[in-house]
Amino acid sequence: MTRIDSPSPAAAGVNPVSTSPTGRLVNTTLVKCHLVAAVFWFTIALFAGLFYSLQLLQHWPLPKIAVLSPGRIRMIHTNLIAFGWLTNAFLAMLYWTVPRLTGKRVAHNVLGWAIWVAWNAIILATYIGLHLGQAQAVEWGETPVWIDPVVVAGAILVWIQFYTPIVRSTEKAMYVSLWYFTAGFIWLGLTYIMGNFFPEYLVAGSAAGPLLGLYIHDLVGLWVTPMGWGMMYFFVPILLKKPIWSHALSLVGFWGLAFFYPLQGLHHFLGSPVPMFAQYSAVVSTIAIEIVVTTVVINFFMTWRGSEGALKNNIAIRWFWVGALNYAITCFQCAFQVTLTFQQVIHFTDWVVGHAHLVMFGVFSFWIFGMIEHLWPKLVGRDWWSVSLNRWQFWLITIGLGAMFLTLTASGIAEGFMAMQLSPRESILEMVRPFWIVRTITGLAIISGFGCLVVNMVMTACVAKTKHIDVDYEPYEPIENEVTVGTV
Amino acid sequence: MERFSFIFLVAGLLFFSVAFAIAGWIPTLSLQDMEVRTVEQLAQQPPLDFIEMREEYPEAFKKAFGDTSLEGAFEQALRLGHRTYIAEACWHCHSQQVRPWGNDEARYGALSYPEEYHNELNMPPLWGTRRIGPDLIRRGGRQSNDWHVAHFYHPPDVNPRSVMPDYPWFYEKDGITPNKIGLSIIAYVQWLGSWQPTRQETIHQLPAIDRSYPEPNIIGRGKNTLSVEAVEAQPDADDEYEDDEYDDEYDDEEDGYGDGDYEDESEDEDYSDETEDDEYGY
Repeated sequence: MTRIDSPSPAAAGVNPVSTSPTGRLVNTTLVKCHLVAAVFWFTIALFAGLFYSLQLLQHWPLPKIAVLSPGRIRMIHTNLIAFGWLTNAFLAMLYWTVPRLTGKRVAHNVLGWAIWVAWNAIILATYIGLHLGQAQAVEWGETPVWIDPVVVAGAILVWIQFYTPIVRSTEKAMYVSLWYFTAGFIWLGLTYIMGNFFPEYLVAGSAAGPLLGLYIHDLVGLWVTPMGWGMMYFFVPILLKKPIWSHALSLVGFWGLAFFYPLQGLHHFLGSPVPMFAQYSAVVSTIAIEIVVTTVVINFFMTWRGSEGALKNNIAIRWFWVGALNYAITCFQCAFQVTLTFQQVIHFTDWVVGHAHLVMFGVFSFWIFGMIEHLWPKLVGRDWWSVSLNRWQFWLITIGLGAMFLTLTASGIAEGFMAMQLSPRESILEMVRPFWIVRTITGLAIISGFGCLVVNMVMTACVAKTKHIDVDYEPYEPIENEVTVGTV
Repeated sequence: MERFSFIFLVAGLLFFSVAFAIAGWIPTLSLQDMEVRTVEQLAQQPPLDFIEMREEYPEAFKKAFGDTSLEGAFEQALRLGHRTYIAEACWHCHSQQVRPWGNDEARYGALSYPEEYHNELNMPPLWGTRRIGPDLIRRGGRQSNDWHVAHFYHPPDVNPRSVMPDYPWFYEKDGITPNKIGLSIIAYVQWLGSWQPTRQETIHQLPAIDRSYPEPNIIGRGKNTLSVEAVEAQPDADDEYEDDEYDDEYDDEEDGYGDGDYEDESEDEDYSDETEDDEYGY
């Protein structure tokens, strides 16, 4: 474990890219530390989800005391996924990709450490605050109210850190990943302010509902999605060693996302006492964007076409491939489930839970797994300790998540129709129990798969003997007399 | 087109602001004349169940709220109950909105309308996105305080299939008497929907599927809130309230909110039987 946090990766093996943390293009130590933090929070979040699923089977495994209340554990599950796991992993991805795409280093290494400390302190405070019952009634933003300003400050630090290299860049054209990052950073701050301050202090009831819907949706759509797409557009060409199929199509996806995504948050509250024209506009824009985002899926599969064999040996591209397939399913599902006809049945059911898992886990977390698969040997300078553990991880998680999605979707449909036909609630609970048992088992499969990854990462960093030879990236020659510490 | 400033300004700022205006601000224009009521205002009409709570748990009530007035105690209870409802993530398994479709009205009661959410306790609104348990916005008064006291301690005691967690920290050490948190969360749940002119019957309680109960007269209802007396005089109040008193009070309030069709129906209902059906929690 010590080597993971070692400030000098050069000691861990010869790697042309990752050398000392300052004075080079990419600060690999920051990448590593963000990845380690992401994995740490993800572990807690996974167990929180498992425990909560056990509560739904009437077997609460923890002591029945206030700080370990199942409801609080549920909020910890969702918040740690969004902010602890995804955001940390995306920050790691940004430290790797942005300097390479722009040719400039991030604003400041010290600022990088400040962001790492601040961001993880925010998550730790959120974690403790939720245990202590200080939640805020904003879904996916239950962060206690006193932490909210700190989160906004953290977002501003992220702007400074990553806008600096993008603005300084002398490249003639911005690669599409940078488009997504540029917009995503500003959206993160704006979305957070909109969702956490307006409904809490300024507007009430039906006036605040649309903003809550926008927040839930924008956190996924305007932070996780742009980062995820930017990541996919960066790593897939490198993994397949060929350019993306259509740059133009990727730009259609970008402008479609930018225009339609912020409009549709209200589809989380269809049927609530909000003016109907607003609800219809959310439905229409949602259907519109599902058509637009299909371009991303098409672009991925057309890029992959001709490299089918890569799936066999390259586990990283396999993660991206399954993620893209899940994304196609999600898009297809979204365009239908947002209609009022579907909403009558599925709105308050497990269908939505299945959908959320498919997007946040089945797509973006899978892509992050692909990135870790690709990056970790380069970060620690050694080849994977066990390739078979990587394969176990892939199959356990893919089958686990797929089965979880199917079981939750099926139980959601059944629940919805039973609720519509006025079945007594205990009948619904009786009907849904087998589905929930399957769900817990799939959760165990996912946790085992993730355990494989954690073991493999630790062993690769500490035990593995084979030196990793980087064939994916050109060695970056430091410029003579380059200023080793950038300025903010 | 492909420059940083263009992407930053158009995609990042402009599109987001346009969407915020369309999806966030314009829908509020139709609501801007509505007054946001504070908890203090809401607490001026404690529902019958809260008055009963003071009689049923006098010592616990006194220990929790001291010697303050009923309204003062109710204000404290609403704030703490609301706080607890958020902290324990009740709102992640119980919704607080009755939709105009999916037979929600038949199952839970009258359709939700904006006025009832326009208060301090709905900042942010607790509409919810999942119903593992029942919707709660029409829940107040459907079960007795005693039922809630038993239910919060160990829900499967009341409904064997319930997947709701236990909340033993809502009670004193004896595990029987609710403490301040327990009384407050019960007061909050009993408050939900107590502003409705009648507690809505559901199809399960009617002899046959029958939509003859009144639709809420939504237009012009804003200021027409019920007094404590009128709440006490509701048809499903305890027997101790005289029928005559109930009729008089009831007629006085009638014009404000309904066509009065339900009056006969309500009298025919035998509410004592229904509480037994209700034990399964819907």
